[in-house]
Amino acid sequence: MPSARSGRPSPLSRNLAAKIASIPMILTALVVFVGGTAWTVLYSFTDSKLLPRLRFVGLEQYERLWAAPRWLVAVENLAVYGALSLVFSLVVGFLLAALLDQKIRFEDAFRTIFLYPFALSFIVTGLVWQWVLNPDFGLQGIVRSLGWESFSFDPLYNPDIVIYGILIAGLWQGTGLVMCLMLAGLRGIDEDIWKAARVDGIPTWKTYLLIVIPMMRPVFVTTLVLIASGIVRLYDLVVAQTSGGPGIASEVPAKYVYDYMFLAQNLGQGFAASTMMLLTVAIIVVPWAYLEFGGRRRV
Amino acid sequence: MSNVGALNAAAASFDAVARDAVGPRGARPRKTFSRRNVFLYGALALAALYYLLPLYVMVVTSLKGMPEIRLGNIFSPPVEITFEPWAKAWATACTGLNCDGLSRGFWNSVRITVPSVIASIAVASVNGYALANWRFKGADTFFTILIVGAFIPYQVMIYPLVIVLREIGLYGSLWGLVIVHSIFGMPILTLLFRNYFASVPEELFKAARVDGAGFWGIYFKIMMPMSLPIFVVAVIIQVTGIWNDFLFGVIYTRPESYPMTVQLNNIVNTTMGVKEYNVNMAATILTGLVPLVIYFLSGKLFVRGIAAGAVKG
Repeated sequence: MPSARSGRPSPLSRNLAAKIASIPMILTALVVFVGGTAWTVLYSFTDSKLLPRLRFVGLEQYERLWAAPRWLVAVENLAVYGALSLVFSLVVGFLLAALLDQKIRFEDAFRTIFLYPFALSFIVTGLVWQWVLNPDFGLQGIVRSLGWESFSFDPLYNPDIVIYGILIAGLWQGTGLVMCLMLAGLRGIDEDIWKAARVDGIPTWKTYLLIVIPMMRPVFVTTLVLIASGIVRLYDLVVAQTSGGPGIASEVPAKYVYDYMFLAQNLGQGFAASTMMLLTVAIIVVPWAYLEFGGRRRV
Repeated sequence: MSNVGALNAAAASFDAVARDAVGPRGARPRKTFSRRNVFLYGALALAALYYLLPLYVMVVTSLKGMPEIRLGNIFSPPVEITFEPWAKAWATACTGLNCDGLSRGFWNSVRITVPSVIASIAVASVNGYALANWRFKGADTFFTILIVGAFIPYQVMIYPLVIVLREIGLYGSLWGLVIVHSIFGMPILTLLFRNYFASVPEELFKAARVDGAGFWGIYFKIMMPMSLPIFVVAVIIQVTGIWNDFLFGVIYTRPESYPMTVQLNNIVNTTMGVKEYNVNMAATILTGLVPLVIYFLSGKLFVRGIAAGAVKG
């Protein structure tokens, strides 16, 4: 029987069962996460078309990528969606959590309502909002039928604002989660702090702004990283709601990657685009990981 | 069809809650109608409206006939309730050449979800157990890679995985997809289990060791029975996550075994013929029903699951 700490057999057979049991984890970490990532980055410098092949062309794929109007639209969309989604998720999520934290009645019911969209898939979310935003029967049609004939709000058919239509759906699905995290953060704040602020006569909004929010920094940072890494993956929602349309107005990077890898059979472009996605995530995650973990170790 | 009734009832009761909340008239001792309360409940009710409206529209639309949809607006309740769209969505809606409705996708999703949930949880719980109780040299390095890997966009790893699966002959098969779900579920679940097992008192582990129990003995006889809540949380995370998956389903399976989300998207977004909005909405509800039912049944555990998933160890 393999054993952990009893006796001193050879180093390899120590903890043998644990090592064998960890083989799936080791394979996943090394082959898929490290190997797969390195493979994709490496092949992004080749001219792979239908099949991957190692004929290096330097940065040609990247030059082509950044010259492609579709990619530029995708990046711009992601930037707009990402910035607005971050701000609105945090603000709305925090406000909802703060409202729920006022010792109100029906708290559970409200929380259930705010969070249920999070259980639904992006496909379902996208299709529902496609219907709600339908220009003939949906919101626009209703406002018009109420007498405001010139009212116009058809994000899904107007290239200029289509990304906001997707944003509305994305926020509907995701703010519940942010609210939940924020509520947990608010509940973690010591009651005495509220009492002290009240004794000092500080108004509630000021207590939130100057005392509570700074104290919740870790929650905000975690939420931020979570939302941000989710935003980069934005794909299903767009596929379901607009399929990237009208035209290419609502393309996003993840869709660009999929389309080039599996539909256009231009693997090199797909690899280059996905490497750019990786770079984006690295720019977000590395400083955070450094601050959170690197910093703590040094102190 | 009892599910439909239940969903309607749920929607109705939420409406009732939202209405009540506008003017709280319960037994609060003082200042029930203070400005603060009106503002507070007013804001909450307004927010609740935004979250409930799409669900209401879905249900209402799916119960109308097409003529009624063309005449009315999406918010008006159905004049004549019909369940035909539901029947059509389930049994006869077309995707490409197949006209057997969403039922095919539903059973595909069941066939994908059940083994994927079992496999991913089995692997991750053993990982977490080894990491918490049987640390070996280098284990933490692999774990760190795993956690960092959770942030890598899937798009970076999907093609190498296609190659790996093709090499071992599983590309396009159900088991290939099971492996994919196990791999991408691993970081978060391993973290979940590791943290939970680490909180189990060490004396228990030591006592079992003294009694001669080994790696698997302790896992099956002590850790597993003691950790049922965390297994339930993991099941909730995985069932909703895998059921809702679209990307892996579309990449790693063949059209005849597409999961429900992929088939739903194909049904709704194929542009052939006249769009049947009521059938589309019925199909959409049907696809969302499984995670919704899990959500409403599991209540606080669901919240705990996502909190566990969100807060790092």
